[in-house]
Amino acid sequence: MAVKAKGEFYKSSIFWALLALGLLLLFNLAATPGFFKIEIKDGHLYGSLIDILNRSSSLIIIAIGMSLVIATKGIDISVGSTVAITGAMAALLIGGNLQIVDGVQTFTTNVPMAVAILGALVLATAIGLWNGILISRIGMQPIIATLILMVAGRGIAQLLTNGQIITIYYKPYFFIGNGFLLGLPFSIYLVLIVLAATLLFTRKTALGLYIESVGINPVASRVTGIDEKKILLFVYAFCGFCAGIAGLIVSSNVKCADGINAGEMFELDAILAVAIGGTSIAGGKFFLIGSVVGALLIQTLKTTIYSIGVPPEINLIIEAIVVFIVMNIQSAEFRKLVFRMKPAKE
Amino acid sequence: MKKLFNGKYTLVIVTILLFIVMYGSGAAAYPSFLSLDVFLNLFVDNAFLMVTAVGMTFAILSGGIDLSVGSVIGLTTMVSAHLLEKSHMNPYLVMIVVLTMGATFGTVMGFMIEKFKLHPFIVTLGGQFLARGLCYVISTDTINITNPVYTSLATWRWYLTDTAFINVNVMIFVAIVIFAVYLAHYTQFGRTVYAIGGNEQSAILMGLPVARTKVLIYTLSGFCAALGGVLFTFYMLSGYALHARMIETDAIAAVVIGGTLLTGGYGYVLGTMFGVLILGTIQTLIMFQGTLSSWWTRIVYGILILVFCLFQRIFEANSKKVRVDTQKRECADTKEREATSDAGGTATSTISA
Amino acid sequence: MSNNDLILSVDGVSKQFPGVKALSNVSFRMFKGEVHALMGQNGAGKSTLIKVLTGVYPTDSGTILLGGKPIAPMSTHDAQQLGISTVYQEVNLCLNLSVAENIFIGREPKKFGMIDRKAMKKSAASLLKNRLNLDIDVSEPLSSYSIAIQQMVSIARGINIDAKVLILDEPTSSLDEKEVNQLFDIMRKLKNDGMSILFVTHFLEQVYSISDRITVLKNGELVGEYFTEDLPPMKLISAMIGKEYKAADYAKSKAAAAEQSASRQTILNVRNLERKGSINEMDFSLKKGEILGLAGLLGSGRTETVRLLFGIDKADKGHFEINGKPVHIHSPIAAIEHGFGFCPEDRKIEGLIGDLTVRENIILALQGRTGTFKTIPRSKQVEIANKYIKALGIKVTDCEQIVSKLSGGNQQKVILARWLATSPAVMILDEPTRGIDIGAKSEIIDLILDLCQEGMSFIFISSELEEVVKCCSRVVVLCDRKKIGELEGENISEAKILHLIAEGNN
Repeated sequence: MAVKAKGEFYKSSIFWALLALGLLLLFNLAATPGFFKIEIKDGHLYGSLIDILNRSSSLIIIAIGMSLVIATKGIDISVGSTVAITGAMAALLIGGNLQIVDGVQTFTTNVPMAVAILGALVLATAIGLWNGILISRIGMQPIIATLILMVAGRGIAQLLTNGQIITIYYKPYFFIGNGFLLGLPFSIYLVLIVLAATLLFTRKTALGLYIESVGINPVASRVTGIDEKKILLFVYAFCGFCAGIAGLIVSSNVKCADGINAGEMFELDAILAVAIGGTSIAGGKFFLIGSVVGALLIQTLKTTIYSIGVPPEINLIIEAIVVFIVMNIQSAEFRKLVFRMKPAKE
Repeated sequence: MKKLFNGKYTLVIVTILLFIVMYGSGAAAYPSFLSLDVFLNLFVDNAFLMVTAVGMTFAILSGGIDLSVGSVIGLTTMVSAHLLEKSHMNPYLVMIVVLTMGATFGTVMGFMIEKFKLHPFIVTLGGQFLARGLCYVISTDTINITNPVYTSLATWRWYLTDTAFINVNVMIFVAIVIFAVYLAHYTQFGRTVYAIGGNEQSAILMGLPVARTKVLIYTLSGFCAALGGVLFTFYMLSGYALHARMIETDAIAAVVIGGTLLTGGYGYVLGTMFGVLILGTIQTLIMFQGTLSSWWTRIVYGILILVFCLFQRIFEANSKKVRVDTQKRECADTKEREATSDAGGTATSTISA
Repeated sequence: MSNNDLILSVDGVSKQFPGVKALSNVSFRMFKGEVHALMGQNGAGKSTLIKVLTGVYPTDSGTILLGGKPIAPMSTHDAQQLGISTVYQEVNLCLNLSVAENIFIGREPKKFGMIDRKAMKKSAASLLKNRLNLDIDVSEPLSSYSIAIQQMVSIARGINIDAKVLILDEPTSSLDEKEVNQLFDIMRKLKNDGMSILFVTHFLEQVYSISDRITVLKNGELVGEYFTEDLPPMKLISAMIGKEYKAADYAKSKAAAAEQSASRQTILNVRNLERKGSINEMDFSLKKGEILGLAGLLGSGRTETVRLLFGIDKADKGHFEINGKPVHIHSPIAAIEHGFGFCPEDRKIEGLIGDLTVRENIILALQGRTGTFKTIPRSKQVEIANKYIKALGIKVTDCEQIVSKLSGGNQQKVILARWLATSPAVMILDEPTRGIDIGAKSEIIDLILDLCQEGMSFIFISSELEEVVKCCSRVVVLCDRKKIGELEGENISEAKILHLIAEGNN
């Protein structure tokens, strides 16, 4: 199975992404001395590396969910909207009540925070289930089924927030995106939990094998006795769930729910992260660690551009170029052409 | 009659009917819908989307997709504005420059897709980032266009009645549709596009110029996006990086609602046209309604796509042939790999050992 | 045949791939106006030879002369332009385009720079009618016609490009008898018009029915070029395998099976099985340790029946009983739980998970049965996989090889292994030997008979009636989606089966 993949295959996908990431980090070191420096302030670890890990947490989590979806030959372009909707739901449930507690003005929540979080996650998973039903029961193509929510989703988020940006004042909620646990940002723990859980249930149970099987040949999988409908339903629901967690992190980070901008471009970044990490867009074998590396690469890129003083607009171009480079290197035809100087085939 | 509902034209007919029904209900609710100027405004306001959707139609017909069109439109407005206002270039020259730029952009993407066998989704996604980024490089702010040729072209109108008019947009709208129909059904390029969408392997074996056509499809799409950008520039008379953000989803929606299957090989340009008109009608309806926020447009688009896709599914389920094609396509990569693998010991079902 | 009529001359052609010499000094000739059969087992080099002729590969050495002129096609397009046209088993046309377009695309008649659709339709219709005796609506999409017609359109395309040599690669595998005869009529007509036809096939009967000459390849080398009338079937088979072909002693095992038949219990009972548009109401039963054959022409409903049995398709009505207990089979999962196994007709679409390893493919069904959360430990997986690799003689380097790289015969064995691993009570085999060379075929048949002796029950479908007759102790005969009869024991013979089918047509 994929974790102990053959040397050759491993080399050609994750290898290049890791190489690119390594080069980027070294470049950062050269450009910004002290890039790798980590110091301890107020019992928290600080440093550019920690920063990158922190900022990339929501993207990594979505990329993990997206990996499974793409492995089944599908795609989920509604995750950005799901992030926005989740944030809106959480903000709505928490509300913004200003009350006097023990003589101090504090913001309280309408419902217990755990309930708000749960509610938001349930909504996110429900969105994923909706996509899954459209795809597995009705047989729609994934890009179209998820396109529906991508188009309509932000409208729904706007409806939830009544067209406003809802600011969240409730302090405990900020912990998700801003808090620290044992010195490390809390969001990193969320990433580790999601990653560990996903690795567990895909590699320690037959789920991973089924997912790959469905992606490679759904018809044969069904004949072999795999409930491919359930598998599809599961991966999309899980992807929605991951988007939900990301939505909580994002809204906690910026302390507000923004229906228009929250999660913007997340789907694109996530798909790219997965593709860079070695999972083929055409489905089949997936590489969770690869997707994590891909997401880290994208985030490191963004941070690098920011830290060397390049205007953020250039960000997009550089990202595009890096993506093209990595994708081209992964293409066998490209390698043949460039590295062996063979005359191009017809 | 039975043939109409059970054949290749079924989906398009549904689209046309839907348009009639929608427009009709609009007319029932708001009598001014029946006026010529409201009708013509559909063409005026959505010309740039129509042009863009034409390019998208060809991409989707071949089984691909182009996610960069929105950004290319934005880039076109930005480049046009910059060249007109900062470099004071001749406006007609500017148009030629941006159209060439769009075509070149598309060609480069098409080359990567065809030559290096990269997935169109990823390549055009990268293209989207690149174009948007280039926009920002030129300027992060809006650049207003004051060039007299552009402003006069933008405001030129030919009044048919007191209030109803046709302008440059409408003329290009009609012209591009006619051109696209010619291209799709009366040229080898067009038929090759359909062939590729139907079965790329077969198209190659039939000796069709598949590689060249695949690149040209994206050249066309880039060109159409740039042309859409020119029209958009007339519309907004400014260059701004965030112009036409997400237009690609609207274009895809128009193509899907127009009856073209995303898997490729089936669909008509006229269908896309009605798809665009439907989207335009929705916007007009919501505007007329007045109280609904514009965000409802997005939700209605979403519902429409949902309904149409359900339709497509029913159509596919009843027409076994389409399903067989899809099934075969699902395993197309395995076959492709085998058909090109060395004889070594592999017996393929296409060629026996 | 005078040398004036020589149209294609292949001389000393060799082709080497890393590790494999696919063609070694092969020579043969084709004359105008002949049907020439190309035969050999899988791996003999037929495929490579055709790929060389059609420009997919360049030759390493040797010459090819077409009409006296040396050619070296560099692409399939090249080959077509030169006059070599190929029709594959899976018609390589675009099903979404119309018949006329499929014939003309790339060379459409033009008027004022636009494709002249009217002229194209007219030419297409007259071409089909005059050269192929085919009268169909050419503006309909190709997908609305049967595979037989699609093949004819493919031939028409070849004719349109002025083909001098027509290569037909396994064209009859998906055709029923009527369609095969139709195809042969067309081949004879084309032959009389001077066309040279290279006919690649596994079906011995057809070779003797239509071909004038036969070329046999073995292990990349030429065994010989013969006139059909000079080469009786046994000699042909010997030439292909290189040894005397001994018809296995099936009679004994069949007799033994028939003896025990009466004492055996019924393991499966099917009543009133029906699905609209698929099969009409039918009943049949299966006894333990028996091989039940489903015989019939292509399109008679055999595959449809077993698909209903296995739950792939949903029956409109039908009553199943296993060991006397009524069961519901609504999906493959349910069927597997009740002890069924299923080797599908099209192993690529419905059988193999191409990118997974041999091991993964083999344990997949077993894993499905064990449950999602109880993974079979890796070591056990390897053990099971190796067990079947050995038992079935699957030629792989190890069980981690990717399955899509195996040859057809080995792929089929992997699928068999997958189901055997679940120890099914009833094993359904739909064309298990299709597309497999004679050596592997007899291995598989032997295996089936052995397993049958050990108590496994089989439902066996094969288009080669010979196989059905050899293996089965009972045969259910289908015709036009209906069960029209049942034969048992000594009554089973090809003649009797065909007789039933012929009668059933009335």
